[in-house]
Amino acid sequence: MSEFNPNILAFCCNWCSYAGADLAGVNRLQMPPNVNVVRVMCSASVKPEYVFKALSQGIDGVLVLGCHIGDCHYLTGNHRTAKRIPLAARILEKVGIDPKRVRLDWVSAAEGEKFQHVVTEFVEDIRKLGPNPMREVRF
Amino acid sequence: MIKIGVFICHCGHNIASAVDVEKVVEFAKTLPGVAYAGHNLYSCSQEGLSSIKKSIEENELNRVVVAACTPRTHEPLFRRACEQAGINKYLFEFVNIREHCSWIHTKEPEAATEKAKKLVAMGVAKAALLEPQEEGESKVIPRAVVIGAGIAGLAAAASLLEQGIETHLVEKDDRVGGLLKDIAIIGPEGTDSQKLIGTLIGDIENSPKAHVHLNSRVKELKGFIGNFEVVIADGVEESKVEAGAIIVATGARELRPDGEYGLGECAQVVTQLELEKMLSKSELTAKSIVMINCAGSRQPGREYCSRICCNASLKNAMRILDLSPDAAVTIIHRDIMSCGTAAEALYRNASERGVRFVRYSLEQRPQVKTGTGGVSVEVFDETLDEKIDLDADMVVLATPLVSPDDSVETSKLLKVPRDKYGFFLEAHVKLRPVEFSTDGVFVCGSARWPVNARECIWQGQAAAAKASIPISEGKVRIEAITAEVNTEKCAACGNCVTACPFEAIEITDCDGVRAAKVNEAQCKGCGTCVAACHNDAIQQKGFSSRQLGAMIDALVRATTEGAQ
Repeated sequence: MSEFNPNILAFCCNWCSYAGADLAGVNRLQMPPNVNVVRVMCSASVKPEYVFKALSQGIDGVLVLGCHIGDCHYLTGNHRTAKRIPLAARILEKVGIDPKRVRLDWVSAAEGEKFQHVVTEFVEDIRKLGPNPMREVRF
Repeated sequence: MIKIGVFICHCGHNIASAVDVEKVVEFAKTLPGVAYAGHNLYSCSQEGLSSIKKSIEENELNRVVVAACTPRTHEPLFRRACEQAGINKYLFEFVNIREHCSWIHTKEPEAATEKAKKLVAMGVAKAALLEPQEEGESKVIPRAVVIGAGIAGLAAAASLLEQGIETHLVEKDDRVGGLLKDIAIIGPEGTDSQKLIGTLIGDIENSPKAHVHLNSRVKELKGFIGNFEVVIADGVEESKVEAGAIIVATGARELRPDGEYGLGECAQVVTQLELEKMLSKSELTAKSIVMINCAGSRQPGREYCSRICCNASLKNAMRILDLSPDAAVTIIHRDIMSCGTAAEALYRNASERGVRFVRYSLEQRPQVKTGTGGVSVEVFDETLDEKIDLDADMVVLATPLVSPDDSVETSKLLKVPRDKYGFFLEAHVKLRPVEFSTDGVFVCGSARWPVNARECIWQGQAAAAKASIPISEGKVRIEAITAEVNTEKCAACGNCVTACPFEAIEITDCDGVRAAKVNEAQCKGCGTCVAACHNDAIQQKGFSSRQLGAMIDALVRATTEGAQ
């Protein structure tokens, strides 16, 4: 069997973390090619349902990245993200999915290096966890 | 029928050196709904854009996906091309395979190509579900409110009035001028600040369209660009003003670090602003003066350079020497920040006229010792590499400007963000320096960051110019990424109402049904309400749960198919 290659989905808010990911690119910061970014306007628009949907269909991990607390383009949007995503992780745990498969972090538009760091670390963490068991029961 | 055109960009070698563009094109052709897939050397060039437009016509495309760089810079360009080819600009989807792929996986061409395929599949899946959108329009009230009548606010108000725009200037103090009220001369050119303020307020008061509110505060602020409702309270009564734009010029205050360097404990230790007051009243008797720069700045907790204090020290050292040429002035500093020709000349002149400069480090800060006769300052001179004692009649602390104590309330009132030091944050550090991300609200002067009087005037005039754009236009367009409610699904629970950071949603009667209603002009398109809805009844245009769900499905599909 070939080496496990995690398939990861990342939600990035338009104003901070998507821009941070762009900056990582501009600075040619290298990172594992396992993370696929979806742009949303605010991390607070990421429904926990999206996380559940992705993981239930066998995606190995979900990253939710937003502006730092206090820097949200929409003032307090990310306050809600900060509550919602950890709650989603707890629900995942209840149904037997490792909550480490979802990670919430804050990356500003100036933090290309942090984006690189978070992506690299998360891919490594997911690699350790192994393939999402839901891959087998995909329906 | 959905007919999607996919255009993969080489971006010269930027993308093509890591991503096999032809392979991605072949893959795109297999995706559902794709009627055409092609590639361009530079999609954003005139040639690239015309080939996209030509292809739209030839293949009767009704959705367009460009896989190239970042939407943050190039989306408007491609949207415009779509419009020119007769496609609603909201039927365009951008896929980022440069910043998010080729540039970060330069040494893994195979993996980069596979990832580009996934990203394109996701973009195509979303594009298939895109819907044309109409941009709303909203009227703009031709009136502005400027909060703060320091030099920046005065400049902004004068400039608005000059353009014929009715302006309310709100000042919490009993007179205008802000920090400059107590400063007679401003450096480095030696401008008479009272004359400057007098000219500006004179121009303002001569205008029939000006309303100056002294001893007043903005108590309430509601609304959105073009339609703000501002309640101004002067302690006795409240007045309501409707305005199209707001300029924030609330300034900064001088830090008074009582207890540090003997400030507040010893009468001979004062701040630069207190020295300014003595100088303007010619009350200075001290002959031997030691100034300590960076008192309270560039240290843990307040790391920033306040920019204006070095020049204030230099200017005041010179003013002291002008008043009493036999005085001895020492400036203890960490670095002298006197940028620009005039300020640098001032620094040189100060040296030539005998002002003594002693450099200290953060690790060995000067100690102010107070005794019966006077004060002395013990400092480790970095250049001499030894400790020296300086006797003084007066010690002047050059302290930084800090955000005013009420900036928290101001930020809550206006719904604008602050940085970690409490200064307001503009929309974009380089491209939108005097605008807040909240449309129709602008910022200038030291409310944003410590700036000198000249910069305050620039920024005030810049903010006025920006604020006058929607006012002279008379209307604003609203980007169609706002939230919309499916009243059949809405249970009128009000979750979205509390979730909305902009108070844009209310529960009301919607054609006979009690449901949530989004005020389009007030909605900023964050989607916070979408995730708060239990019934999937509220959706964000261009980011619906069906569209994002389709992207997830496409990623799963592209991965399984890729693995086979």
